[in-house]
Amino acid sequence: MHIVVCVKQVPDPEAAFSMLKVDEEAKTVVPPEGLRLVMSPFDEQALEAALRVRESLGEAKITAISVGAESARNVLKHALAMGADEALLVSDPSLEDCASETAALALMHAVRSLGRVDLILTGRQAADWDAGIAGCGIAELMGLPVVTFARRIEVKGETLIVERVLSDGFETIEALLPAVVTVSNELGAARTPSLRETMRAARKPLSVKSAADLGLATADIERMAARRTRMRLYVPSKTVQCELVSGVDEAAQGAMLARRLREERLV
Amino acid sequence: MRDGSATPLTRELLGLARDVGPSGEVAALLIAADSSAAADLIKHGADRVLLFEHAGAEEYDGELWLTTAERIARDIKPRALFAGHTPAGADLAPRLAFRLESAVATGCLAVAVEDGEFLFTRACYGGNVRETLSIRSAPAVATIKAGTGVARVDSARRGDIVCVENVALSLRTRVIARERETASGTSLEDARIIVAGGRGLDGPEGFRVLEDLAQVLGAAVGASRVPCDLGWCPHSWQIGLTGKTVTPDLYFAVGISGAGHHMAGCGNAKSIVAINTDANAAIFKEARFGLVGDYRKLVPALIEALNALERDTV
Repeated sequence: MHIVVCVKQVPDPEAAFSMLKVDEEAKTVVPPEGLRLVMSPFDEQALEAALRVRESLGEAKITAISVGAESARNVLKHALAMGADEALLVSDPSLEDCASETAALALMHAVRSLGRVDLILTGRQAADWDAGIAGCGIAELMGLPVVTFARRIEVKGETLIVERVLSDGFETIEALLPAVVTVSNELGAARTPSLRETMRAARKPLSVKSAADLGLATADIERMAARRTRMRLYVPSKTVQCELVSGVDEAAQGAMLARRLREERLV
Repeated sequence: MRDGSATPLTRELLGLARDVGPSGEVAALLIAADSSAAADLIKHGADRVLLFEHAGAEEYDGELWLTTAERIARDIKPRALFAGHTPAGADLAPRLAFRLESAVATGCLAVAVEDGEFLFTRACYGGNVRETLSIRSAPAVATIKAGTGVARVDSARRGDIVCVENVALSLRTRVIARERETASGTSLEDARIIVAGGRGLDGPEGFRVLEDLAQVLGAAVGASRVPCDLGWCPHSWQIGLTGKTVTPDLYFAVGISGAGHHMAGCGNAKSIVAINTDANAAIFKEARFGLVGDYRKLVPALIEALNALERDTV
């Protein structure tokens, strides 16, 4: 059993957004010096799902892969510390800040370079662009089935069983391997690496490859990237003026709010 | 589709399609056991309903929808393809876009056509930033959030129903079970008033207080991510970037700090009432009315005052 987990490095989504700057000219978000770059939380949960599958099977190889800058080595080291066996970083100037479609193309080439793969996992969306495209893209480019928004993953022989989150419950889906699954937050918290695992991770293999190393031509990257263009990037302006409802005590505040809501015909 | 008619979001999509392409044709793909919802789709803006009759198709099945939509898209070559930003739409649209060698914009809040080019505006970075994307390949695929389009009904509208076939059915995934965590009363997506709680409730019992308020207002109850993750309430109550998108007229945010992640799901509410002990919470910047204080005292006081108003009116 070989499981590949696709992870992305993002600016720490728990940090206050005011730390980030939007460059409207360049149409990019600029993280300031010193802001932590971390593994996107849903991707962390995808890796957690892979580790749980390995624990239930007793044996499986887990490879973490990422498309990103040299700094993305750090999220792969984190993946190795969490328990992945090997890591592969695809780093190439032609893939810098690339859109989801292009990332999916690069990840597909990366997966293909790994030999036999049974299961490909990734987060339901990355915490920066919140697109939720890459997992579906990898599946379509590879001609594999995909199950999105998983909260539980089980492997029984050649069969994959996934609980998929719906807006008012969940459904259980069965698929044949190989397949792609995107993981949702309902899976539960990802584990924190132990000191021992972190030490061990330093000796695990982490390779870096360029697009050319993977047989991915610049023309193909450009063709994929041309499908869509970011025209504008901005911080939405807020126009609401908050009316503070005060009073001598809570009863007075409650009464005042009820009156104001009635006056504004909101209740 | 629900109970033989289109969902509110589907009606909004039809209105949106008419608005962005007033001179163009709007076709609706209906995969259902029968044609009962077709009339509703036509009334709300469809010129043509492409009906794939399939037993047991009341529920979304990714492979079934994907292969059918792909077949129809190759046949009628639309300029754009819209789906609601729901667990079904967010599953279908990206796969369809890749299959048709095009691109997709997910979770869109606005759609425009300029010089024949489709422009999609969507939230990113936890709802803190907006990006506008131009999709140059065809069809431009997009998932649209609730509250983006305006549903318009015209009972006099006429349209065609065309039956389509999907013979290429080789489904690689199979749904073997479904379980609903159905809440009683109005669904969050359809509610005109929502009472939502966050980390500031300090425990599951806080939701009982909110349920009392919801009862008085005829409202639905929702939550931010943290109470769902902590098991204080069902996951199906989650409103936000990774939960539901809601568009009520009135939204009570109780013990909710107003993080971008949450606001991405409720920022389109017409009016927000914020109740929080922290006067500096970001939610007050988004709220029309703000109350600083303990919800345990404020919410019962509000219920009492609302009941009194009701008595005076009668």
